Amino acid sequence: MRLQNPRQVYGETLLELGRANRNIVVLEADLGKSTMTVLFEQEFPERFFEMGIGEANMTSFAAGLSLTGKVAFTNSFAVFAAGRSFDQIRQGICIPGLNVKIVGSSAGLSDFGDGATHQSVEDIAIMRAIPNMTVLVPADGIETRKMVKKIIEYNGPVYLRINRHDLPDLFPEEQEFIIGKPYLIRDGKDVVVFANGIMVSKALQAAEKLEEEGISVKVVNVSSLKPLDEEAIKIFASGMKGLVTAEEHSLIGGLASAVTFILRGSGIPVIPIGIDDRFGQSAHNYEELLEEYGLTTENIIKSVKKLTLY
Amino acid sequence: MTVNELQRIAGKLRLNIIKMVGVGQKGHLGGSCSLSEIVAVLYFHKMKHDPQNPKWEERDRFLLSKGHAALIQYAALAESGYFPMSEIEKVKCLGAMLQGHPEMKTTPGIEGNTGSLGQGLSMACGIAAGLRLDRKKSKVYCIIGDGEIAEGQIWEAAMAAAYYKLDNLIVFLDKNNLMATGPIPERYNTNPIVEKWEAFGWYVSVIDGHDIKEIINTLDQVEKIPDKPKIIIAHTVKGKGISFAENIAAFHNGELTKEQFEIACTELLKNN
Repeated sequence: MRLQNPRQVYGETLLELGRANRNIVVLEADLGKSTMTVLFEQEFPERFFEMGIGEANMTSFAAGLSLTGKVAFTNSFAVFAAGRSFDQIRQGICIPGLNVKIVGSSAGLSDFGDGATHQSVEDIAIMRAIPNMTVLVPADGIETRKMVKKIIEYNGPVYLRINRHDLPDLFPEEQEFIIGKPYLIRDGKDVVVFANGIMVSKALQAAEKLEEEGISVKVVNVSSLKPLDEEAIKIFASGMKGLVTAEEHSLIGGLASAVTFILRGSGIPVIPIGIDDRFGQSAHNYEELLEEYGLTTENIIKSVKKLTLY
Repeated sequence: MTVNELQRIAGKLRLNIIKMVGVGQKGHLGGSCSLSEIVAVLYFHKMKHDPQNPKWEERDRFLLSKGHAALIQYAALAESGYFPMSEIEKVKCLGAMLQGHPEMKTTPGIEGNTGSLGQGLSMACGIAAGLRLDRKKSKVYCIIGDGEIAEGQIWEAAMAAAYYKLDNLIVFLDKNNLMATGPIPERYNTNPIVEKWEAFGWYVSVIDGHDIKEIINTLDQVEKIPDKPKIIIAHTVKGKGISFAENIAAFHNGELTKEQFEIACTELLKNN
């Protein structure tokens, strides 16, 4: 399976779309070599704004640019893009619904070495809670590219959460990405796993292994956290023995919250996999850190099996 | 428009501020009244704008970063004809066009949502940069408060404006020396102001913010300075024009009794 780096794909897509659309402007807080906005900067220096290490000003400055008809992308690590700039996003951008795209890079635990201060475990919860905000979490490079194209067509605030690491391709190339739509990645009839981001590929691995044991697992990529097609979630869950949610985020306010809220009262057994109200920490590699927080293929397998016993 | 006519308009704007504050309801009277002359000059003399076409592409932009002084902007917008004068009677009512702080989606003539202090200046910088990308001649005027500059984001924006040489940006600093809870030098000192802005790379002027002629002359002069953002430090009196409210911090967001309301109206009508 081809691996792509979502940051690289993001930077390339922004550059490619920037060639066709002169209204695209990019703002950066001194992390351009990591968020890969450096690609846009090299070709379009006049439409690239280095804002120094000043995320608050960057975010409101982007609001101002959007008020002159620009499609403004702000960039930083997710923990700062969403956390440091919360008030600027809420007040100046989301209340009036301005056309600013907040891109949170190195999201979740993916900046494994830098520890709790640089790992975002609650960014989705914060962004989801703001009225008028759209929240997207791509599962791979293909979906990242499709999302960037789509959010430029959409006029309004968007939070886009980008992983730091290479991810295996799984989103069908020919499939259109539609904001709000959950995507069936693999069909199954016993248990459904709702996942997003890096956890979609882990859910797929789990489904393959479980098939060998005669357990049929459906995998749904919930890459739009908000808006989210409630009917589609209900249909995907209907007739299942149970469901697992899997996310690289706190169990408070992210995918588990969104899906279980939609399915409240349905009586379907749920096992949520996510970060259990803890901060991140440093590790020598990403997989080791994901394991510490239970964000593994093995944990999904164990959870699915538990649900089949009901 | 002559200086006398502008002075009369400033008085009229103050009267409408008092009408919007009304009796027995809290309203940001002090910091609205301190701005009446500056706002009168901008809306009725200096800025290119068209109340019949609020989104006119060639217009100058105005952003009230100290958004709590919305009443002065509402008075100016109503007087200019952006919306009927009857709207000011409904200010802050449930469902009203005129919200407690400037709201661009409901109010014609409001350019951006301000009120969370410290953010409007960054937005004004972004607008100035966007207009320059589009090769527009429009200017961006922004008003900040002397209490507001305690916000760190103001200084982030100050650095950005100087770095990007936003010479189409002209900022007024309403130096009325009072924050909500008392005198600025005693409560939390944001001074020295001139030296700070100069050090951040801005062109700085200092004026009497109630002197119409000086406001006009300074605006005409600073717009000729290239490559630098401009700030006009305007010495003002909080609550200006209402004897019992002048320089009184309690009228930052104060409430008027029926008697005070009548005194304020009488004074403003007499001096106009």
